[in-house]
Amino acid sequence: MDKLLKLLDTNARLTTAQMAAMLNTTVEDIEAKMAKLEQDGVVRAYKALIDWERTDRECVTAVIELRVTPKRDYGFEGIAETVMRFDEVESVYLMSGGYDLLVTVNGRTFKEVSMFVAKRLSTLDSVISTATHFVLRRYKESGVMFLGEQKDERGAF
Amino acid sequence: MDYSKVLNTTLASLPPSGIRRFFDIANEVKADDMISLSIGEPDFATPWHIREKGITSLEQGKTWYSANAGLLELREAISRRIARHTAVEFDPRSEIVVTVGGSEALDIGIRALVNTGDEVLVPSPSFVCYAPLVAMAGGVPVSIVTKAENGFRLTADELRAAITPRTKLLILPFPNNPTGAVMRREHLEAIADVLRDTDIMVISDEIYGALTYGDAPHVSAVQIEGLRERTLLVDGFSKAYAMTGWRLGYICGPEPVMKQVVKLHQYAIMCAPTTAQHAAIEAMENGDEDIAYMRGEYDARRRLILQELNDMGLTCFEPEGAFYVFPSIQISGLTSEEFCEQLLLRHHVAIVPGTAFGDGGEGFARISYCYSVNHIMEAMKRIRRFLQELKEEAR
Repeated sequence: MDKLLKLLDTNARLTTAQMAAMLNTTVEDIEAKMAKLEQDGVVRAYKALIDWERTDRECVTAVIELRVTPKRDYGFEGIAETVMRFDEVESVYLMSGGYDLLVTVNGRTFKEVSMFVAKRLSTLDSVISTATHFVLRRYKESGVMFLGEQKDERGAF
Repeated sequence: MDYSKVLNTTLASLPPSGIRRFFDIANEVKADDMISLSIGEPDFATPWHIREKGITSLEQGKTWYSANAGLLELREAISRRIARHTAVEFDPRSEIVVTVGGSEALDIGIRALVNTGDEVLVPSPSFVCYAPLVAMAGGVPVSIVTKAENGFRLTADELRAAITPRTKLLILPFPNNPTGAVMRREHLEAIADVLRDTDIMVISDEIYGALTYGDAPHVSAVQIEGLRERTLLVDGFSKAYAMTGWRLGYICGPEPVMKQVVKLHQYAIMCAPTTAQHAAIEAMENGDEDIAYMRGEYDARRRLILQELNDMGLTCFEPEGAFYVFPSIQISGLTSEEFCEQLLLRHHVAIVPGTAFGDGGEGFARISYCYSVNHIMEAMKRIRRFLQELKEEAR
């Protein structure tokens, strides 16, 4: 299972036949394992990793530190659930340290993201304060390098 | 000045490496989408903890020559590692010399043994360097063509048929580049039976030994009764630890031979690079996990590429070692050279014709899997398209 996950984690586009060959097993075995992983919620989604900077689309990302008041019965889950339901929000993490939630927000422009933080996030009941940091350049994402072309410097032997 | 008159005639008559020659063709094809499965060197960088030891040695100013045979600490680590894997002891003070890559080890090993006119048996296909090194030592390389139906192993019968009164040395290049063939214990024992009552020496090039796939681990020639006393074991750091650029290898063998080997090394090289030696100690002592990780990655790619090739009709014997597959390209109706050249020109995929590795390579091509899965899959797609085209053209 672990090997299959590692494989999917680096490349989810391999066919089941290719994965079966790589893991020295059968296509049926791979299909069954993948179904189980999906069913158990271990594999949440299959998606492409896109470098939007190389497209025409305007795109701005900010990470926002949220300090919040936890609710008596729900702790941080209640506010986290509210925050993660916004389409603009890409990720939400509960953090140790100087703030509580780290929220990644995508938008088309700086203004759009700023307005989202000002109007939607900071106005939420439990939110005490926000600190917004805009991403200037993406060098690496989900283990994949975005910077420049990976040139093969090896010679011919 | 007429330079043709001043050159060493043996050297001048040697052809350049067949791999090199093919790369020169590849370099002339200017295409942005050129992709290669031709390089015989790990795509991993040297593991960080090994690099760090090299850096630390520089920070500490350890920039002097080492002993001719290499840092004693490294020779001891090499001795321990060999003992760990083979239960064979080599005396670090008299039976191990650290060299500039496995290549130098092969060169000085051959030169320490070969007299003018001595015959040296070289299984083919195999890496490009053996015959030229033998020729430069004044010897006569005699090629033994290994066969796909024997898994490209050297058989006792083939060996026996090639031995003459002038046979001095047998090169055992396994796990094999380019075929990926491996000699298991029983195959080595059969070779030992042939050599037992002779004075024929063996150079066992086990540079890919750590990259042996399947449940059974690599068996070294020195583990075989009847081979130990006649074998110079050549290994190195390049392939197993992804340390190609550090240029570090070693040669081990019986003291009377090693005494001569170290003289050659002393006069020609002095000592292997000290920085690399410091890094290599770390590799020997704490590198087993790195090898296991990289071997796992290669193994998955090996299976993938094997399935793809067999699926498209390029029948391929299952390689058990190194990081190459050696498919038969005979269904294309082309020679190895034609196949690789057309694949290169039409679909911008570079692989190496089997003929670059000797007479035994006609009808085959070497494909390396020192590349990412995505890279391999793209190349496979194009090779498939190329075969399809050839089929349609034949109609």
